[in-house]
Amino acid sequence: MRYYRPATTAQAVAALASQPHTSRILVGGTDLLVAVRHRSAQPTLVVDIKGVRDLTAPISVDEQGITFGPTATMGDVIAHPTVREWFPALVEAAGLVGSVAIRNRASLIANSANGSPAADTSPPLVSFNASVTITSVSGERTSLLREFFLAPRRTLCEPGEMVTSLRVPRPSPGSSSAFERMTRRRGVDLATCSVGAVVDADGAMTVGLGALGPTTLLGGPVAPIDLTSQEQLERAVDALLAPATPIGDIRAGKAYRTAMARVLARRAVLRAAARRTDPDRLTGRSS
Amino acid sequence: MIPTEDQSADEVGADLVVVTCSVNGESARVSVPPHRTLMDALRNELGLTGTKTCCAEGECGACTVIVDGATVNSCLMLAAEAEGCDILTVEGLGAGEPGGLCDLQESFLEAGAVQCGFCIPGQVMAAEYLLRTNPDPSVDEIREGMSGNLCRCAGYQRIVAAVELTARKRATR
Ligand SMILES: Cc1cc2nc3c(=O)[nH]c(=O)nc-3n(C[C@@H](O)[C@@H](O)[C@H](O)COP(=O)(O)OP(=O)(O)OC[C@H]3O[C@@H](n4cnc5c(N)ncnc54)[C@H](O)[C@@H]3O)c2cc1C
Ligand code: FES
Ligand code: FES
Repeated sequence: MRYYRPATTAQAVAALASQPHTSRILVGGTDLLVAVRHRSAQPTLVVDIKGVRDLTAPISVDEQGITFGPTATMGDVIAHPTVREWFPALVEAAGLVGSVAIRNRASLIANSANGSPAADTSPPLVSFNASVTITSVSGERTSLLREFFLAPRRTLCEPGEMVTSLRVPRPSPGSSSAFERMTRRRGVDLATCSVGAVVDADGAMTVGLGALGPTTLLGGPVAPIDLTSQEQLERAVDALLAPATPIGDIRAGKAYRTAMARVLARRAVLRAAARRTDPDRLTGRSS
Repeated sequence: MIPTEDQSADEVGADLVVVTCSVNGESARVSVPPHRTLMDALRNELGLTGTKTCCAEGECGACTVIVDGATVNSCLMLAAEAEGCDILTVEGLGAGEPGGLCDLQESFLEAGAVQCGFCIPGQVMAAEYLLRTNPDPSVDEIREGMSGNLCRCAGYQRIVAAVELTARKRATR
């Protein structure tokens, strides 16, 4: 294994392209170095992009949204006041990743770029209609995040390419969001399933679904309902979870995962809805 | 194209990486294979065995050190990544103190938080970072801030007490 710390994006993608199938990008190392240790990854070249000078800044805010660069960590996401105000579900998800020391290193983009259907920050990002820019030696292209995920551990980012930015449009006025996750043991296990919900000012609902299919899925939008009606809520949950194809695995059987997805979807929708009028938009709990 | 002093380097990366960084306030220079973790380099190349090796995959916190002001699991960082970094290990914490222990380490002893001691260097580094970023943490904030540091002897109550004690000492200092 060789280690290379390029100074420019052009150098980085050229190095990746030189060994497209055996080179790997390194940011926080919290996925890659674990995989190297388990020998599930055996890269011949590790390209550490933290020294790249022309990289997109970790977090930049404008009127229309927020752009995240490849080095934005979970810790950066949690601490940023505008991210907290606009994307509470993302902040909740980022806050559940590992421990403080993991969050100091783990990058937001790699959490999605890895293509794990259980990655915690992907469901809220999908529900916020995020998009990514992918760069290679032959240029740049942009894709919606929900179309970026192809299969478990497979994304539109081909060998030799790099995700250079993640763009999340500013949420519509009066909307809010919440994230719910279920896990066997916090900090050391991945999600059994997770739901990030966005509820608009008029009550329209959208969800991002984690570990409920081969990739992170988008559910909805579903038209506004009377949230005090149990019956209407159950029907909305049915519609929101329609794309889910839960399976049984070591974390949960199929029936249990299906049942828990309903619980999480209900909680996430109700919490996001309540948060629209709650002045302290970050209060609330998450499992 | 590649910043390396190793003559055997090919165009991307070398067999050995020369790393210059600051460890506990002193300049250090090591030459390591690219896959060497910071944890192993601290322990083997630099002889700083206070940093412990346990799970080696980010789950236990025994290898916690402070790099450029923030805690990291040194088992999940390559030594090569430490180029130009400022690293603080448990050996550096109490270095300037008369007894060789800082107030936080003294508090761990006073609170009876040390049993076998294996997890303590990591616990102390996580606590130091917690108190730097939040000088007056609640019990919940201490538990959350230290949740990446497992103690096999399960002395968690006393570890929390040791952090609270340090916060009180620092507030009246
Ligand atoms: C103890 C522990 C607990 C964890 N807990 C959770 C958890 O609760 N929830 C959760 O979701 N995750 C969890 N994780 C995983 C989480 O830390 C990672 O998914 C992290 O976000 C990845 O970021 P990184 O910078 O560390 O990636 P790295 O390990 O540096 O990179 C991993 C891979 O991602 C790809 N990649 C990285 N950056 C890019 C890019 N810009 N463009 C294209 N590809 C790229 C490359 O293939 C690279 O090799 C945990 C990890 C550990 C070790
Ligand atoms: S040895 Fe690094 S976290 Fe366990
Ligand atoms: S004191 Fe023994 S592991 Fe913590």
